[in-house]
Amino acid sequence: MMNSCDSLIPKIGVVTDIRIDTPDVKTFRVVTPDGKKAFEHEPGQCAMLSIPGVGEAMFSITSSPTNTEYMEFSIKKCGCVTEWLHSMEVGQQITIRGPYGRPFPVETELKGKNLLFIAGGIGLAPLRSVINYCRDKRENYGSLQVIYGSRSKDDLCDYQEILDDWLKDDKMEVDLTIDREQEGWDGHVGFVPNYVKELAPTTDKTVLVCGPPIMIKFTLAGLKELGFTEQQVYTTMELRMKCGVGKCGRCNIGNKYVCKDGPVFRFDELDSLPDEY
Amino acid sequence: MLRIKLDRIDELLAAIAKAQTLYLPVDRSDGQAEFRKWTEGARLSNALNTVRSAKDFFFPQTEKLMEFKTEGKKIEVVDTREDCEDFVIFGVRACDARSFEILDKVYLVDPVDTFYKNRRDHATVVTMACDRPAETCFCHAYGIDMTEPGGDVTCYKQGGYLYVNANTDKGTRLVETVASLLEDGDTAELEKAKAQTKEIYAQLPLAKLSMDNFGGDKMDEYFNSPKWKELSEACLGCGTCTFICPTCQCFDIQDFNTGHGIKRYRCWDSCMYSEFTKTAGGQPRPSQLERFRQRFMHKLVYFPANNEGEFGCVGCGRCLVKCPISMNIVKVMKALEEK
Repeated sequence: MMNSCDSLIPKIGVVTDIRIDTPDVKTFRVVTPDGKKAFEHEPGQCAMLSIPGVGEAMFSITSSPTNTEYMEFSIKKCGCVTEWLHSMEVGQQITIRGPYGRPFPVETELKGKNLLFIAGGIGLAPLRSVINYCRDKRENYGSLQVIYGSRSKDDLCDYQEILDDWLKDDKMEVDLTIDREQEGWDGHVGFVPNYVKELAPTTDKTVLVCGPPIMIKFTLAGLKELGFTEQQVYTTMELRMKCGVGKCGRCNIGNKYVCKDGPVFRFDELDSLPDEY
Repeated sequence: MLRIKLDRIDELLAAIAKAQTLYLPVDRSDGQAEFRKWTEGARLSNALNTVRSAKDFFFPQTEKLMEFKTEGKKIEVVDTREDCEDFVIFGVRACDARSFEILDKVYLVDPVDTFYKNRRDHATVVTMACDRPAETCFCHAYGIDMTEPGGDVTCYKQGGYLYVNANTDKGTRLVETVASLLEDGDTAELEKAKAQTKEIYAQLPLAKLSMDNFGGDKMDEYFNSPKWKELSEACLGCGTCTFICPTCQCFDIQDFNTGHGIKRYRCWDSCMYSEFTKTAGGQPRPSQLERFRQRFMHKLVYFPANNEGEFGCVGCGRCLVKCPISMNIVKVMKALEEK
């Protein structure tokens, strides 16, 4: 037995709550067996979750670091590991290691700024951590605006939290949209990039965007039309990863490793990378 | 310099093997050389290089990372790491010796990979200077001197003698354990022989190969080159180049359920495989062109960009010999250089 620890060897986590967010997204609450947070993190960082015998995968940490009791992960069912996670019951143990990656610069570049969050679908998962962090440290930031859209009302992640907390918070603006008309929805209908253009946010904001690649692409184009520069827009990326520490080679794009140099990038940083994501 | 007559080299190997586990290149029945554990009667191969590189000693093709015990909803992580025993790798060529330094730049940087470091710490690397380089050799392009391969101990064959020179404390300790077999010898002839080896090398086809047109600043120039299509067209995606390459170090992690416990393994992987980057959400490198380009861009541009100009290649020439479609890094470099 060796005394040193190795980043590949995980800790045990216990799933203490499972919330059904949408037909294919659940949010899992995780603590260590003695009821503590597995580790501290910064908004935008990720963790490797695994079920021994099934596999290990990287997920963004959805809860804010200001939550001192537990961590949350909003996970969409789309592969082997996520299907297994979705079939779990409360009390199940999993393995957890992290935190990984470069977070959103909430204490430096973003501090004091007016922030605009734009999310599509499960893309809200990594941004929720930042949004709630900024709400908890409200005095450190200017205006907060969230533009969030999904396929349907039922596909809006964390909808209950949005209704109960965010929409009732008079110190932030929340604009929701769904792709197509739906019974029981009297809000905005249309794709996120178009809604952004309609809302025409002023360029005194710094933008954090996350969602499907196609949504990010058109949102960025729309923001540029509105006068935003790439230096004002951040995103967070997702690529296949195995180690999480820049060694296994999978998430290498150009001279960057998304797991350690990202997952958060400013768009002007992505300009110098090959278009392989 | 200390030396021993070449016809007594078996005695030297046996003496080393008595002190520590010894690995050395031996000839297989098919005439190709590979590193094997020393056993009584093992003969040191005269081959220029082994089929597989020496990276296997520090980054094995498959290794167990940990085990898990599960019971109901409970999981236990079993840390199965153990300190490995001291061992000696004898007969490592200059190219492979350099590859260890390149692997170090991945595995020994923060966070240190303890599996790799454990083996690295316990190994004594005994190199063998080259005296008859092959047509596929191009180590000089990376500043490697094949006649001075480095490592903890350097060995040189000359005039019926094996010369032995310790370069590090670890090397000195190893040489001390076999000191009774060694005698002092004059090195004048050895220096002449080294110069002759370099003359032979200068006549070889790749002796003029230069890396001047490659490096960390060449991304825009080469990534969008139209040459990738033609270069990658015949690539089978077999991954042979990756597996025999001394510097390729990408890996996969997979769990294996034994029926009475789960073991997590690390295994070699290849960026030449479609599964490497495939996710539930899509495939950022959909065809062999992108995968092929990744492998060479990483060695010639991305790795040097992150490692003060050091390339992810040592010029061992294995891929020139083994690729089933005769594609290789030299052809890629030459094609990219054509404007």
